[in-house]
Amino acid sequence: MEKQIQVSNKGATLDTNRRNFLKLGGVGLVVAGLTLAGCRDDNYQFVEDPVFDLGKGDVGILNYAYALEQLEADFYTKVVNSFYTGISEAERQVLTDIYNHEVIHRDFFKAAITAATSQVLPKLEFKYDGIDFKSRTSILATAKALEDTGVAAYNGAGKYITNLDYLVIAGKIVSVEARHASAIRDLINPGSGDFSGDDVVAANGLDVAKEPKEIVAAAGSFFKTPFTWKEQGIG
Amino acid sequence: MNLLTILDKLSDDKFFTTETSRLGSLTSLSNFGKKAAVAALPLGLGTMMATSAKAEITAAPSFAPADALTDALQLALVLEYLEDEYYRVGLAKAGLIPANDRVVFQQISKHETAHVVYLKAALTSLGTTPGAKPNFDFTAKGAFDPFNNYQQFLTLAQAFEDTGVRAYKGQAGNVASNKGVLQAALQIHSVEARHASKVRRMRANKGWIELKNGGNMPPATDAVYAGEENIIQAGYNTSTLFGAAAGSASFDETITGAQATAIASLFFA
Repeated sequence: MEKQIQVSNKGATLDTNRRNFLKLGGVGLVVAGLTLAGCRDDNYQFVEDPVFDLGKGDVGILNYAYALEQLEADFYTKVVNSFYTGISEAERQVLTDIYNHEVIHRDFFKAAITAATSQVLPKLEFKYDGIDFKSRTSILATAKALEDTGVAAYNGAGKYITNLDYLVIAGKIVSVEARHASAIRDLINPGSGDFSGDDVVAANGLDVAKEPKEIVAAAGSFFKTPFTWKEQGIG
Repeated sequence: MNLLTILDKLSDDKFFTTETSRLGSLTSLSNFGKKAAVAALPLGLGTMMATSAKAEITAAPSFAPADALTDALQLALVLEYLEDEYYRVGLAKAGLIPANDRVVFQQISKHETAHVVYLKAALTSLGTTPGAKPNFDFTAKGAFDPFNNYQQFLTLAQAFEDTGVRAYKGQAGNVASNKGVLQAALQIHSVEARHASKVRRMRANKGWIELKNGGNMPPATDAVYAGEENIIQAGYNTSTLFGAAAGSASFDETITGAQATAIASLFFA
């Protein structure tokens, strides 16, 4: 140990995190093993109706974040592929940037979870009933809801994360979601206090935090692909 | 303490943060060397250790000690004192903030005041006396004139908000031992980020930070943005899809307690 202490710090972050991913990988394997054992009796049904469970511990949290980022990325992909009628240059820039960030978040989680466990949430499909992609009002309202939901979801999930490296990662992402939410709210109602409005920031100065169960219930109408998260009482 | 326990401690960022706040930068540097040494272990060896270390952590979670928790809250309180006083003085200064913008700063000021109240109550409930408000000099010894120059007022507001976002994030490991405090800290953290985005946009910047460019900011605020250009997140390169600007903006970065204190103390009288 003593002899190994005088090395260059190059790549420290990457390798340290790899170590933690491996650590998590151990957890994932155990979870996968339990799942398999639990399904032994109705293995046949499992094959016919493969509803994915997000998993336990940090794997579950990561898959949860991945599900939400998949939703955001999918939504903004549709938005930027066909911008709403009469969009301003400023709005186009904001929505394009947010699209970039959400796609990066999605791919980050896919890479991170894949490195940690075989229990990776598959690519989900979404539906947008009642949303008019040609309407500025409809798109900005949906974007606002999604960003506020993202903030509340990360704020509520942080306490379930056991690996502190993942907690910091979640912190790095949630503040970007909050920056998005503020900008979208500002586009909807410029020159107001809505960027951090009283509807999301309570009198004690705290933003919204929601439990996973509340988030999945609230965003459930978007998810065409079903999933469960038994550890959190979902499904 | 056996080797694996030591390795696990070295892998936790809060361990370094705690040491940094106690013993200063020398300790911090030497710890970083140790951490790097661990990281540089051959992959196979690291794998073996990681597996065993996991069991240790599961058996006995090694959270930061209780005073790391209250130290983190005291740091947050200093930053909130600073923001709270800044906006209250700004709003009270006749002719500084244009009529159309007052609603923005009234909203922000309201939140900062509430954060001071909240953090004081949290510290008291943990049996710790909240620190007293420092005396501030928002000119930073004559370098700025924010209460007579609205553009400078906006500039410093952006610096304070972007600093706050980074500082709360940097304390995550220190407050994680108390789930209630952790969640409240996250809930304040996202409010600071909402504020930061708005103030940045008022200065014709994007709401998010690309690379380490604060956006038309004076060199005195470089420390606020140093490191924001990071594009490697847990080994994933965020610049791959859309370039480094988008990649760096998609994740905000932390600062340590020492870095946050250094920034804040520019404005101590």
